[in-house]
Amino acid sequence: MEQVIANGLYLGAQYALIALGLTLIFSLMNVLNFAHGQMYVLGGFVTYTVVAQFELPFVVGLAASAVVLAITGALVERFLFRPVIKNSHREESTMLLAAGIAFFLDAVILLVFGEKQRGVPKIIDGLFNWDFLIVMPYDRIVIGFLAIALIAIFILFMQHSKTGRAMRALAQDKIAARLMGVDVDRYSMIGFALGAMLAGVVGGLLVTITGINLGMGGPTSIKAFMMIMIGGAGVISGAIIGGFILGMMESVGLTVLASSGDITYLVIFATLMVFLAIRPQGLMGKPWG
Amino acid sequence: MQKNSLIFSTGVFLLGVYVAVPLAIATSERFDLYYTLTAVALLSIASAGVWLTFYIGRINIGQGAYSLVGGYVSALLVTQTNMSFWWTLPIAGAFCALLSVLIGLPILRLRGVYFAMVTLVLTEVARLCALALPITSGAKGITSIPLPSALKIFGITLIPDFSSLANPKLAFYFMAVTMMVVAYAVLWRIVHSRLGHLCRSLQQNEELASSIGVNTAWLRVLAYSISSFFGGIAGAGFIAISQSIYPSSFQSTDSVNFMLNCFLGGLGYVMGPMLGTLLLYFGWDLLFSTGRFQLLIYSTLMILLMLWLPNGVLSLMDRKGDRK
Repeated sequence: MEQVIANGLYLGAQYALIALGLTLIFSLMNVLNFAHGQMYVLGGFVTYTVVAQFELPFVVGLAASAVVLAITGALVERFLFRPVIKNSHREESTMLLAAGIAFFLDAVILLVFGEKQRGVPKIIDGLFNWDFLIVMPYDRIVIGFLAIALIAIFILFMQHSKTGRAMRALAQDKIAARLMGVDVDRYSMIGFALGAMLAGVVGGLLVTITGINLGMGGPTSIKAFMMIMIGGAGVISGAIIGGFILGMMESVGLTVLASSGDITYLVIFATLMVFLAIRPQGLMGKPWG
Repeated sequence: MQKNSLIFSTGVFLLGVYVAVPLAIATSERFDLYYTLTAVALLSIASAGVWLTFYIGRINIGQGAYSLVGGYVSALLVTQTNMSFWWTLPIAGAFCALLSVLIGLPILRLRGVYFAMVTLVLTEVARLCALALPITSGAKGITSIPLPSALKIFGITLIPDFSSLANPKLAFYFMAVTMMVVAYAVLWRIVHSRLGHLCRSLQQNEELASSIGVNTAWLRVLAYSISSFFGGIAGAGFIAISQSIYPSSFQSTDSVNFMLNCFLGGLGYVMGPMLGTLLLYFGWDLLFSTGRFQLLIYSTLMILLMLWLPNGVLSLMDRKGDRK
């Protein structure tokens, strides 16, 4: 059981980081970023290229992922989402754009990095063993703690920096924020870049453990959607809780339901539908957030 | 005047799909196009369903689930009970409609992206159910489903047995196009009826509509079940052509595509989803020769189209109207 909880916490930390980026973009621009999973994959491949091909240290790879994805996110917001949101009658039209970007990133990843599964060597060797109650490789522990540290930095940034305050104001009420002198365009761009950066960083972290391949984008997006549905869309605490809950459910489900075949996700989905029927806005979400 | 032009354009359209297209294919001998066009016709029926849920202001990314269910219902009835395909078609649709009432009652209370995400999850649920349930025979799927048999009423053969035909491709094409024409006629009728006006009121302001006395809960479920009916018959029709069904026959990519068809064609136009399906499916097919750049070009075109015409291709017609 201790092992299951440890696995759940480790998975949850990764998931929470992915969900944070998605929920940030959603709260600022009301855009459901279908390309989030692809951004995660792209981040993984950038780290792979820097670490395995250029043989630079892992930290450099992680930084490269963050920078590349932040730039991608900023460009996508500036040149694609902004004009479409401005010209479209219904804001859902951005979904087609987001899906188009998802396909586009898939195509770029396929052409640049190929379709093979890629991974980088372990950053730390060895196995943590606590009386055979919890057995976990050291690199997983390091990655888990890195993820938690990043979540903490993100929360501090959102709470205490000027940029973070501006973005929270925008998420609460766009018109009021504009009246208070917040530059909506500028902070939308920064927010999108930050969201994309988080996706890229998780990709970079996980490439050391699970590796990365082209097909991981779509399923990652769906998982991220589920997390922000559990926690409530557009709420930072909700994304974190949602990530940990999903990680825990997966970890417990894979252990408990292992005997009855591959139905963990079926059970999770069914639970989610029942949960949303009772509480449509998620755990922390505002009604019709 | 308006009515005349409507009858005229409908006539041209029917003449086009029933006479001109088969003639063109016969002269150019591109018989593979029949399969493409049949697929477009069937997929556009499912997209029409998605469009109807857009019409009540809900983003539906779960149509793949109903197509899959409809396909399985039809496949199981044909293989297990030897029922004629033509009877399974409405049964598949009705089953999906019933199912969608059960699912829709709780989830239609959701709005915006919440509804969109739940329906996306629904597609995954359908796929996983198809894998897990004993009756669907899991990942192996159901294969070698017989071709549609003859449909006779009082001894008169209305539709001949497809396996006895020299050219079943053409027969399938006519089947799909007829289904499409009927589906869009129904859709057009719904939109231009009292029901359509009520749906529009839901799209604009649900609280206001319900305060005036519109039974919003009932309307939502009704529109959603009609939408799912379309999804079901489209799935059943598809299974009849491919003669096989797997849990992966309709997955979340297909659900997303159904939604994209509606966006691309234009959400404000009944014919939008049909045009969108045609463009997306044909665009993808035409780019096949570009090899590994296929996805890159396709997605670039999609993004450019979105930048240029964010309200769908049919919004070009609006612009012309404005200039007059």
